[in-house]
Amino acid sequence: MITARYWREMPQRYRYEAGKCVKCGYVAFPPRLICPVCKAREFQTVTLANTGKIETFTVIRVAPSDFEDEVPYAMAVIKLDDGVQVTAQVVDVDLDELKIGDRVRIEFRRISQDGEAGVIFYGYKFVPA
Amino acid sequence: MSGLVPCQACPLPLRIYPSEEIAKIWGADAESFKRGLLLREKSVPAPDQDLITMSVEAARHALKRAGGLDPKELGAIYIGAESHPYAVKPSGTVVAEAIGATPDIHCADYEFACKAGSEAMFVTLGLVQADYVKYALAIGGDTSQGAPGDALEYSTAAGAAAFIMGREHVVAEIEHTHSYTTDTPDFWRRDLQHYPQHGGRFTGEPAYFKHVTSCARALFEKSSTKPGDFKYAVFHQPNGKFPQRVSRMLGFTQKQIDQGWLAPTLGNTYSGSSPMGLSAILDVARPGDRIFMVSYGSGAGSDGFIWKVTERIVEVQNLAPQTRQQLEHKPRYLDYGTYAKFRRKIRKAEKV
Ligand SMILES: [Zn+2]
Repeated sequence: MITARYWREMPQRYRYEAGKCVKCGYVAFPPRLICPVCKAREFQTVTLANTGKIETFTVIRVAPSDFEDEVPYAMAVIKLDDGVQVTAQVVDVDLDELKIGDRVRIEFRRISQDGEAGVIFYGYKFVPA
Repeated sequence: MSGLVPCQACPLPLRIYPSEEIAKIWGADAESFKRGLLLREKSVPAPDQDLITMSVEAARHALKRAGGLDPKELGAIYIGAESHPYAVKPSGTVVAEAIGATPDIHCADYEFACKAGSEAMFVTLGLVQADYVKYALAIGGDTSQGAPGDALEYSTAAGAAAFIMGREHVVAEIEHTHSYTTDTPDFWRRDLQHYPQHGGRFTGEPAYFKHVTSCARALFEKSSTKPGDFKYAVFHQPNGKFPQRVSRMLGFTQKQIDQGWLAPTLGNTYSGSSPMGLSAILDVARPGDRIFMVSYGSGAGSDGFIWKVTERIVEVQNLAPQTRQQLEHKPRYLDYGTYAKFRRKIRKAEKV
């Protein structure tokens, strides 16, 4: 990950800030410039709900190089309690017991790092609620 | 009146049985370690957890416990630890950004072995009392490392506690503080060294016991109090035994230290140690209770605090997860191999 991009995305990665369309109420995460529903351009900043449930998930056993020490791990689509869907890792869980519909909550975790000497990238993962 | 607005500890679900798992690997006598240190298990950070992530979780819960205090009201954030993820670059900036407290905030990272957390508490209290800031956030925590096979490996654990100091909505008023500091090289880590070094038995009498008892006695004198005046007492917990012994030396009973005595199941969370114990005490304390607290950091020094619990405590106790509940919530136990992998004790090939 490029440090400048990580820095730009901190409001989403750190504080789960989304853009809510002032006209139709659509919540865009990450925020957008134009509403995909009504094409309006005015958004207000809202914070995503910090709990939700697993819509679907997969267990990654062959991971990209930054994540290979973490296998096996779960990537899930989570439907937050405000209706917004996000894709993220689910951790602190026994993968054999993980199932669709499980309640989860957001936690702040390390995501990856730019090598041993580089910047550490933080962000959100989910843990059992 | 100034003091704690609320506080919150962040214990971790991963655990290892040191006597069984660690002693087995290094051929040590498990029973003598268990009896000698009074440690049944210790917490382990997951590979994606560090001081910063634990601090964010503790701080978020502390804000919740403060009745949804606007993080923009925080005028300072100080994090004390010996395991800041960066050697150069503050931990506090990440935490402040994550909780939404930036940019109008003063930030600094503290370091003083195991007492860096109480240092942060000490300084934030001062800023609040001087009316420099309305609220200030102090965090103590660590993901401490012990060298493989070293005595420290049996106790080094992970955890953090966050405290919001202020003059309004106080749940525990600060009545007295005292700090006791000398130059005592009982434990250290040189720059670029991965594991700390320590003076073995030298870490006991001239270090831990001398500083904790001297600080405690000065605090008794300053406040004209005696052990019987306190409902609870909490001391730095490098293992289960030291705090128990020091409390007896000072005249406290087991009953007074029990609630904050987390080391037997948590291990030594370094800068998080006595702060997490205080957090566990405040989970159950009643209005009017007095709490006696003395930290210890090698090098060496102790910070002492006398807290008096206010009426407001009962309103905040159930607003966020309690420390002992978190500790007992579904712990998952690791074997030494997984522990060594998680703590990056296994040397891997350099990536090319
Ligand atoms: Zn719209």
